Amino acid sequence: MQEILANLATGCATALSTLNLSYCFLGVLLGTLVGVLPGLGPVATIAMLLPATLTLPAESALIMLAGIYYGAQYGGSTTAILINLPGESSSVVTALDGHPMARQGRAGVALATAAIGSFFAGTVATFVIAFLAPPLANVALSFQAPEYFSLMVLGLIASIVLAQGSLLKALGMVVLGLLLGLIGTDVTSGSRRFTFGLPALSDGINFVVVAMGVFGVAEIVRNLEDRGSGVAITAAISRLLPSREDWRRIVAPILRGTALGSLLGILPGGGALLASFAAYAVEKRVSRRGAEFGKGAIEGIAAPVSANNAGAQTSFIPMLTLGIPSNPVMALMIGALIIQGIRPGPNVMVEQPQLFWGVVVSMWVGNLFLLVLNLPLIGLWVRLLSIPYQWLYPIILVFSAVGVLSLSNAVIDVYLMALFGALGYLFVKLDCEPAPLLLGYILGPMMEEYLRRALTLSRGDPMIFLTRPLSAAMLIAAALALATVLLPAVRATRAKAFVE
Amino acid sequence: MHRPNAKDLLAGGLFLAFGVLFFVLAQGYPLGSARRMGPAYFPQLLALVLMAIGAATSLRAFIAPGPPIGSFALKALVLVSAGVLLFGLTVEAGGLAVATVLLVAIASAASQQFRPLPAIVLGVGLAAFCAVVFRFGLGLPFPVIGFWR
Repeated sequence: MQEILANLATGCATALSTLNLSYCFLGVLLGTLVGVLPGLGPVATIAMLLPATLTLPAESALIMLAGIYYGAQYGGSTTAILINLPGESSSVVTALDGHPMARQGRAGVALATAAIGSFFAGTVATFVIAFLAPPLANVALSFQAPEYFSLMVLGLIASIVLAQGSLLKALGMVVLGLLLGLIGTDVTSGSRRFTFGLPALSDGINFVVVAMGVFGVAEIVRNLEDRGSGVAITAAISRLLPSREDWRRIVAPILRGTALGSLLGILPGGGALLASFAAYAVEKRVSRRGAEFGKGAIEGIAAPVSANNAGAQTSFIPMLTLGIPSNPVMALMIGALIIQGIRPGPNVMVEQPQLFWGVVVSMWVGNLFLLVLNLPLIGLWVRLLSIPYQWLYPIILVFSAVGVLSLSNAVIDVYLMALFGALGYLFVKLDCEPAPLLLGYILGPMMEEYLRRALTLSRGDPMIFLTRPLSAAMLIAAALALATVLLPAVRATRAKAFVE
Repeated sequence: MHRPNAKDLLAGGLFLAFGVLFFVLAQGYPLGSARRMGPAYFPQLLALVLMAIGAATSLRAFIAPGPPIGSFALKALVLVSAGVLLFGLTVEAGGLAVATVLLVAIASAASQQFRPLPAIVLGVGLAAFCAVVFRFGLGLPFPVIGFWR
């Protein structure tokens, strides 16, 4: 306990410096903005802003990028409630009950519930990270190459098991991502691989270029498929504060949502999206007012927004302690660390405590910003929604193009972004999700390195992965995860869960 | 017999093609052994896995039916890609401002609500913004317009 307080004090010292406070503020402000704007997600935004953070200290960069992520979760729920237009995929469920409430003239209460739930969940999740991260990092410190390799296998498998869509295609996207990640110079032999003789590719393709292509450009093309313009704002905001009756109804859902979200966020492949969907489904089942769900039940907002925010935050745990990304946003965070010259993994906490604890504390500070910032500013956010998409996407394209250009002042990065955009759109049309590709892309070179070291250690015997207990346990867990999805019963409920 | 699932068939084909491509390209590097992995070892291993996944996905297309691929926004894809490519082509010789206006003008045409004049106004506005922020503010080493650095 004493140690945790000392750690949090370290974090406060970092997070509460004027510089970091302003980057935290900027992060949540930008996050809310992209959360409100449909068609621009946190992945594309973070990729776009990464080049600009190169000159910042590592902790300021991470604090700002993290703020964009959880700020976007928050902003997404605002538009979901007010105009039935979820700005983020994870706030789809918030619209189910939030918008009916708004239609009943209770938009203010719905927004306040979302704010209160998010803030409570964010506070709890901050402490969950503070308690769970150090022991997890301590375990990870004893890991050697075989354990790391198996951990990455487990992380990748778990992330596709929990994602939606075809398992086989997701697996294909992971492997393709791993292969693309190997483009560039092989660290051990020094030979240049898959560069087609282009010197610009000898350092590999910057992952920001890949992320911007498959998440930014491809997404724009997909949005252009069909888009009626004009958004009708249906709800006026009346009273904000929930009544005593409302309070009574939201306390238990917020607690349940926070617990479920914190848990699901830690799992590889988890995070905000899964957490909010699961919390809604659970709440619908346990609530005595289950029949009112979908017609404006306040419980149907309280639970998923809490789970959403808790999950968004606890998904930092595997990223910060193990160096394993559980979703594309965390993959970008790992990329940001690598750019800053920090090797992701358990050593971050030991060698860079100010970075680790600063980011953790900044999340709580950021949630406070969101609370005081957003309720008064809702009117402004809603007005932003009237920006038509035909103005928005050229702006995104310009910032993306200039952004990749500034990475290393190489024009080839712009061409590659267009290439990955086209490829990403093609894959989306074939129901191949781009997220596993990005996770594989980040982990490719690390996996090769750990495989190489593990096999050197065992003199070429692959049994090393099964004779070391921790490594074997992780591989068995990965196999079990794969097996369960293949069982027909689980498959049916999994499909159902994502339809709901 | 019903028509094969087009999405699975094409996705499987793509995986297969990428697998073959990486496998063949990696032939040029030393393979090494498990004990001393050469630069070709891991890529060829992965390429084999990818080929297997691709084959399985293609085979599944003939077993399980599925929806057709659906409308393909070819016009949007071509215009957006062309805009980005042209940005890259012109930014060094033509300058940031020229490249930005071209990108905005071409990409905007992909929208159904496209009108030329507002698109050009947006392009010029963004060009000015980029010149001030990225060229003069952040010192991006590209000219503003051709000779004007």
